[in-house]
Amino acid sequence: MNLVADVRPTEYEASAVSPAKIRINDLRKEFRAKAGKAFVALDGISVDIDAGTFFVIVGPSGCGKTTLLRILGGLEAPSSGSAVIRQSQPDKPLNSMVFQGDSIFPWMTVWDNAAYGLTLRNVPKGEIRDIVGHYLERTHLTKFAHAYPHQLSGGMRQRVSIARAFANDPEVLLMDEPFSALDEQNKTILQQELLRIWEEHKKTVLFITHSVDEAVTLGDKIMVMTAHPGRAKAVIDVPFARPRSVLELRSTPEYGELVYRIWGYLREEVQQARAEADGEK
Amino acid sequence: MTTIQRMQWRVRVAQSWSLTLRRLTTIQPAKRDRLIGLLSPFVLMLLWEWAARAGLIDIRFFPAPSQIFGTFVKMAEDGTLWANTWASLQRLFWGALLGGIPALVLGVAMGLFRPLRAAIDPLVALTYPIPKSAILPLILLIFGLGEASKIVMVAIGVFYPICINATAGVLEINKIYLDVGRNFRATRWQTFRTVALPGALPFIMSGLKLGVGMGLILIAIAEMIGAKSGLGFMIWNAWEILAVEMMYIGLIMVALIGYLFNMLLTELEQVLIPWKADK
Ligand SMILES: Nc1ncnc2c1ncn2[C@@H]1O[C@H](COP(=O)(O)OP(=O)(O)OP(=O)(O)O)[C@@H](O)[C@H]1O
Ligand SMILES: [Mg+2]
Repeated sequence: MNLVADVRPTEYEASAVSPAKIRINDLRKEFRAKAGKAFVALDGISVDIDAGTFFVIVGPSGCGKTTLLRILGGLEAPSSGSAVIRQSQPDKPLNSMVFQGDSIFPWMTVWDNAAYGLTLRNVPKGEIRDIVGHYLERTHLTKFAHAYPHQLSGGMRQRVSIARAFANDPEVLLMDEPFSALDEQNKTILQQELLRIWEEHKKTVLFITHSVDEAVTLGDKIMVMTAHPGRAKAVIDVPFARPRSVLELRSTPEYGELVYRIWGYLREEVQQARAEADGEK
Repeated sequence: MTTIQRMQWRVRVAQSWSLTLRRLTTIQPAKRDRLIGLLSPFVLMLLWEWAARAGLIDIRFFPAPSQIFGTFVKMAEDGTLWANTWASLQRLFWGALLGGIPALVLGVAMGLFRPLRAAIDPLVALTYPIPKSAILPLILLIFGLGEASKIVMVAIGVFYPICINATAGVLEINKIYLDVGRNFRATRWQTFRTVALPGALPFIMSGLKLGVGMGLILIAIAEMIGAKSGLGFMIWNAWEILAVEMMYIGLIMVALIGYLFNMLLTELEQVLIPWKADK
């Protein structure tokens, strides 16, 4: 049985029939380094992501994953090329980010944090109550609705961040290593919860991680990135059926095979990234 | 007593002392500190009273507390004390409002917008070191001897600490919160209201405390010149008619107002910044 459906090269042509939800075309991002020299964070990235896809990007630390997400989130401008999200519902926000690290406002209660996007858009009060109530329930935070972030654990704060992004009802969700700071147990639980919430509407998700396990558990497609400068090394289909149970999936041999295969792509990149880091010392 | 007995006795005395001390320290540190804090001014007053009665200090300059209290009762009964206190409080209030609100808006805006900061920062840095009391003649010239000049003086004193702290407070906000605002498409006003203002609030509150202290200093000075009411006027008037007790009462009232405001603002801080309250 061939589990890995196809491995596509970097120059991968999108089907012209249905336009992609996210289209990244020859994207390049440079930062100005100290000595006036340009530091290339991303180079020649082209990928199309279809609507409803749970798309995961894996890559070694510092390969430009966050930079790519920030460009899509409108927080950074590309140096050349483009990264666009196709808008299909003009009354909805294009994207919402779940940031790497703590990003919920310490000065707002859990409820106000989750309601942030809707409040900014002046959504009617009753509607906000329903939507926020729903997502707090899905993230098991109903009891903590009126607590402040400093009264929560790290895992709970990350749940608030996820509830905030989902409640905003964007066309695309951009998630930047939302679970990387959590312990193994919390991580597994939150991955399962995320899958369950995502199944409700199957929005397009761009999910970043440096955990291969997490990528295979969650994704429909996985893009492996090269270490500096960040390029797309391969895009791999994940054939596992949905809805998925995290623990059951992980006990299958097919899961292990795919993880091993992706590690194959990643290994040399991680080694290169580490060699570079050592070289800087 | 043999030498040994004497030594034993000494040890026993030392032990009983340390026991008493230990009892004092075990009652609960917080409670004990508050007790000491309440007692120490009281003890000082008693000492002062005793020294004044015993003729150890010149009562022309340092009248006994009981004497001051007598004058206090008289002034409280005929209403002059309250009228003057009220006059100062009103000027302090309007001055704090007049200086505080623009300082808040400008300070936060400076924290948010770099060009604005570049433009205003040198002006603030250049005018801040001028002793505020030295501007009084100019203010009197411009605003006359009426209420306006006093209120403006307070406003100037309140303005600087709040403006400087608000800017610093916004710059201290973790960049990620501003990114969240941008990603959620917050307008400028929404960013101001939901991110910059609450994020900088802890700094702004300490600025407000400093500002009120500064305002109190300036109102006392401003009222000494060309005012017919207020605590500053009362103190100055006491000098002119050589009523030393009245002078002390004026000083005590100013101290009390400062103390109370500080307490009030600390309370307000707890209410306005609940996310910092119980850490
Ligand atoms: N504002 C910036 N100015 C200069 N260099 C930057 C800036 N932002 C990122 N970089 C550099 O670009 C590279 C990619 O950064 P990025 O944060 O995208 O990596 P990442 O893949 O998200 O890493 P991690 O997995 O550790 O989060 C890094 O080498 C980083 O130093
Ligand atoms: Mg990152």
